[in-house]
Amino acid sequence: MGQRLDEAARLSYDEAVLPGAPTPGPRAGARLSRAFTRRWLALGSLLTPPVAWLVVIYIGSLLALVAVAFFRLDGRTQRPTTSPTLDNLRQAFTVGTYLRVVGQSVLAAVAVTLLSAMIAVPVTFCVARILPRWMRRGVVVAFLLPLWAGYLVKAYAWKAMLRQGSKFGVDKAGGFLESTFGWSPGFGWLAVILSLTYLWLPYMLLPVYTGMERLPNSLIEASGDLGAKPWRTFRDVALPVLLPSIAAGSIFTFSLSLGDYIIPAVVTERKVLMIGNLVERTLLAPNQPLAAAFTLWPLLIIVAYLLAMRAAGAFENV
Amino acid sequence: MVEDLGSAGERHVSAPSRGAPAIQLVGVRKSFGEVAAVDGVDLSIAAGEFFSLLGPSGSGKTTVLRMIAGFEVPTAGAVLLDGQDVTRTPPYDRDVNTVFQDYALFPHMNVRRNVEYGMRVRGVPASERRRRAGEMLDIVRLGGFAERKPSQLSGGQRQRVALARALVNHPTVLLLDEPLGALDLKLREEMQVELKAIQRQVGITFVFVTHDQGEALSMSSRVAVFNHGRIEQVGTPREIYDQPASAFVAGFVGSSNVLGVPVSTRLFGVAAVHSVRPESVHLADAGRADPVDGVRVGGTIADVQYLGAGTKVRVAIDAESVLTVTDTSERLAGRQVGAPVDVIIPPGAPFQVAG
Repeated sequence: MGQRLDEAARLSYDEAVLPGAPTPGPRAGARLSRAFTRRWLALGSLLTPPVAWLVVIYIGSLLALVAVAFFRLDGRTQRPTTSPTLDNLRQAFTVGTYLRVVGQSVLAAVAVTLLSAMIAVPVTFCVARILPRWMRRGVVVAFLLPLWAGYLVKAYAWKAMLRQGSKFGVDKAGGFLESTFGWSPGFGWLAVILSLTYLWLPYMLLPVYTGMERLPNSLIEASGDLGAKPWRTFRDVALPVLLPSIAAGSIFTFSLSLGDYIIPAVVTERKVLMIGNLVERTLLAPNQPLAAAFTLWPLLIIVAYLLAMRAAGAFENV
Repeated sequence: MVEDLGSAGERHVSAPSRGAPAIQLVGVRKSFGEVAAVDGVDLSIAAGEFFSLLGPSGSGKTTVLRMIAGFEVPTAGAVLLDGQDVTRTPPYDRDVNTVFQDYALFPHMNVRRNVEYGMRVRGVPASERRRRAGEMLDIVRLGGFAERKPSQLSGGQRQRVALARALVNHPTVLLLDEPLGALDLKLREEMQVELKAIQRQVGITFVFVTHDQGEALSMSSRVAVFNHGRIEQVGTPREIYDQPASAFVAGFVGSSNVLGVPVSTRLFGVAAVHSVRPESVHLADAGRADPVDGVRVGGTIADVQYLGAGTKVRVAIDAESVLTVTDTSERLAGRQVGAPVDVIIPPGAPFQVAG
């Protein structure tokens, strides 16, 4: 806009210094196209550095990763060569053990996403529709507060809470959960899902909160007015209207969970393997090409997920 | 409440004519914190009426509507529908449907599913739902729009979908919360005619909230005028306009000259506030005989406003009082600011109103 105003000012200045120009038709057209060219040049020079950064650093490194997946590992030096092979891909995409890890990781990411949504919807409902307005901002800040704490600190905190006591060990009472409630899920998949839900919940809370705030009160009233009891109103009206917000949040919770490897490593003491742990172990083997092949899994799954979310309308009105 | 207005008010309250009242409000109050939004309202609306709640914003008319719908629970008093006490009944158990100010159409459903929603919730079979929704969409002239999403409709079309969605359930009462407020003037006038025609066709009691006095007068069988959470007057549009019960009603419904006690005493010899409609007042040349009889008072023209077909002249009759006179532009032609004139108030034109 500012650019255009600037252009307009310059054009009228041109006219002012050339008073005797009587033929407005073709000249005005030429001036206009010149203005457009200048605008595009300015826009181009503004956008080139960040676009170049994105292409070279971000997409470039991703392409390098994909390329390595097609390289043969030199068995003697344990370094990737440049001779092409499909062996890595075949292993990563057909070996049953690996497929199981991938499948379990996807299920865990789905569970984390569902759990986050099930927590976020009622919580944001209370905050956005029941709490007095002046309290809301504080609560939203509280949503985000856990993001300021270190990732590892939170991982070890959950490990400490989830620890089960042992009759023969030093620690008989166990962690917070067991000593308080008498039960802890221990260091299995449930522990991973709980910890990941805690970690990524803020990313679900924020978009759902925004959606909840934008949900017109009159829609809820209209549904009740037409005879729908509260649960029916929630199912038929509130949830469908909130769905794009939930889908937007799920993109974060799903992809962040799918790619995680520290939670399984730290919290479960490597009893649970996710795709990230597979990559880590293979990398340390060291088998760089196979590790690169494994990284294609989350990449493909998340692209598929994003496409599905776009089809579901998650990117409309966000 | 109405009785409190004294003789002037009582005269203009006409009792509901047909059958048992569809809606009855008994001593209804509603406070939000310290503020009393509705401060003691008694009202009886007969079945089949087109009843308007008229008043400025913040006068409590919408709160009254929301209490009839069940969105608000009165702080005190009772709401009766068809003689049944529904004061604490939730909206989904009341045989009442609402057309919302912002229409509140469900954005993820197409027009047909919006209209069918109330029937779906009540378990009406699919074939009957489809038939009734189709019929109702034809009544509101949206037959070809059933598969559209609300976002693909214009304001007037959305308004008619909201109307169809409410009416298709055959409620005892239809509540309309300033449904024409968001439309432009031409569309609003069309919808006024259409709404009245639809009401006649379906025969359902309409309760219509508006702050537009023209709308209330042109559409309603009866009007309740609200001010500060109370009803100032209930009556037919003609009663409200011709015999306003209070200075507020006189000023709010149409334009009016409200004359204070000193001027009234001087002109009419009665120590009470009077109201005179600008179109009932006659303008005559100063000191010259005129065929119109009435109280005659001299003044000076303070302002002349040409409005096309009509002209509005403001005449200062003393230091404080200005009388507005409206007439056809033809008859008021040639009146100049600063010229002395006589104002004639014919007998029967001034009305005594409660201060």
